[in-house]
Amino acid sequence: MSAALRTTTPPTEAVAGHRLPLRRFARNRLAVAGLAVVVLFLLFCFVGPLLHSTDQTHTDLTQVNLAPNGSHWLGTDAVGHDELGRLMYGGKVSLLVGLAAGILATVIGTLWGAIAGYAGGWIDAVMMRVVDAGIAIPALFILLVVSAITTPDTLGLIVILGLVSWLVPSRLIRAETLTLKNRDYVLTLRAIGGTHGRAIARHILPNSVSTIVVAATFQVADAILLVAYVSYLGLGVQPPSTDWGGMLSAGLTAAYSGRWWLIVPPGLAIILVVCAFNAIGDGLRDAFDIKGRG
Amino acid sequence: MDTFLYLTRRILQALAVILIVTVVVFCLLHALPGGPARGILGPQATAEQIAAFNHEQRLDQALPVQYVHYLGTLLHGDLGTSYTLNESVSTLIEQRLPKTLVLTVLSAFVGLLLAIPLGMWQAVRRNKPADYVITTLGFVAYATPVYFLGLILVLVFTQLLPWFPSQAPQGETLGQVLSQPNALVLPVVAGAASMVAVFSRYMRAATLENLSEDYVRTARAGGSRQGAILRRHVFRNSLTPVVAMLGYYVPVLFGGALVVEQLFNYPGMGLLFWSAAQSSDYPVLLGCVLVISVATVVGTLLADIAQRLVDPRVKAGRA
Repeated sequence: MSAALRTTTPPTEAVAGHRLPLRRFARNRLAVAGLAVVVLFLLFCFVGPLLHSTDQTHTDLTQVNLAPNGSHWLGTDAVGHDELGRLMYGGKVSLLVGLAAGILATVIGTLWGAIAGYAGGWIDAVMMRVVDAGIAIPALFILLVVSAITTPDTLGLIVILGLVSWLVPSRLIRAETLTLKNRDYVLTLRAIGGTHGRAIARHILPNSVSTIVVAATFQVADAILLVAYVSYLGLGVQPPSTDWGGMLSAGLTAAYSGRWWLIVPPGLAIILVVCAFNAIGDGLRDAFDIKGRG
Repeated sequence: MDTFLYLTRRILQALAVILIVTVVVFCLLHALPGGPARGILGPQATAEQIAAFNHEQRLDQALPVQYVHYLGTLLHGDLGTSYTLNESVSTLIEQRLPKTLVLTVLSAFVGLLLAIPLGMWQAVRRNKPADYVITTLGFVAYATPVYFLGLILVLVFTQLLPWFPSQAPQGETLGQVLSQPNALVLPVVAGAASMVAVFSRYMRAATLENLSEDYVRTARAGGSRQGAILRRHVFRNSLTPVVAMLGYYVPVLFGGALVVEQLFNYPGMGLLFWSAAQSSDYPVLLGCVLVISVATVVGTLLADIAQRLVDPRVKAGRA
């Protein structure tokens, strides 16, 4: 996925002034709505199963392919799983993998970008050419090659997704580091004998925290979308476990027979959550007054 | 002179990037469990057969030696031979790549054709209902997995309203594919959707930036009408950075083509790649990755150079 929807828009008011970032975020209706959607989905997936307990492990061949009805609000799938329960169950995996992979990508990208930008010279040149090379290879192609080689478990999936998506954050953090590394406090630290590692850990990274948080939010949005592709590419979590992408690809053929309830709910869930994280990212970026990314 | 230095630097950078891509592809090839021999000879192969194969394919040599040999074959345009299709990878790609290019170029063209006016309109109607509606639709289009969108398109436009066929044009040659424009509509629309979302956003931002420039105020003060200012000045100045973003969008277009081709059974490189993944045909997989990455690097390079030549304001390269 790409840097995509995020571009700089000039601030709405002349100068936002001394207003706190949190206040500015709270005034952004789209961002607050995004936050609400994320919280609702987290409750739905993690608390929901306590209120609506269903068996998502065993098949029930007496309850196959039922349309939505009184006891199964969203119907059942081809092996008799309650679709509403499955939406909660699959959402747990989608959200956990997406969050973990997005955060992992941000951590890798942050360290890579900070080191490259701080070191400068040929180290920077080599490290950034590696980033260019990574960006030149579309992630979906790499994932499909990996699916031909191996079938990872959930942890492996998180690592693979993290490894293919750290490139954009690394560019952002590098740019940030370039502006920070010649600030007086960094130069002073170096003059009194502080190490390079200390300069990065104590000054560069803490001062880039708003950029990092915004990058992480967009990264999570992209990771959740990528998780949705992963099952389609044959890399997804293994049955009886599932995720929204897995439900969607499993329901593809069912949709032609009119069983819309197998694809519309997971499809909408993916779209809503990805939009929500993007809206939060937009809101945070404007609140922190950060220039666009990518 | 300045431009000459810049060009040299950018081209050297691009070559370095391509070299790194070959290292990545080489490493992927050697990351296979049991090595490529297992992939070709199958799980039943004996240790002797594997050893003989490894010797024949130089796989028993030191990795750096193998890498240099690999680079040498690449420079001769030799991408290896398919395990399953009994044909050289470069021949396969030569047959398939033009069809994928037709699909991606058409998608990009349709995408830009919609995105540019939409983005400008949004900028002019900033923070009005139209702006919000298009922004929301853009968010949704961006967040929709291509295969889900494709499925909905198929359900709506082949079953509910039988306007288009659900299968992409078939045929060996480009001519055969292009002779069935009706069948190209759904794949192109599916490929263009996220592009409209992303580029209308870029265009909106670029237009807003230009609208706040002094020259717009000057033109207004001079009595030019809004439409004329937009057409004559803002449109052109906003278009350059947006079109330059196309270079960076090449990998996304190819990624989209991978899914669209599989979904609509379009006989391009994405479908070739897909079936190669199903049959563990590693030379085809890695050959395709290499070709697409080189195409991306070249696309980015051309976009950078074009932008630099067209727009004198762009001085520093965006590294």
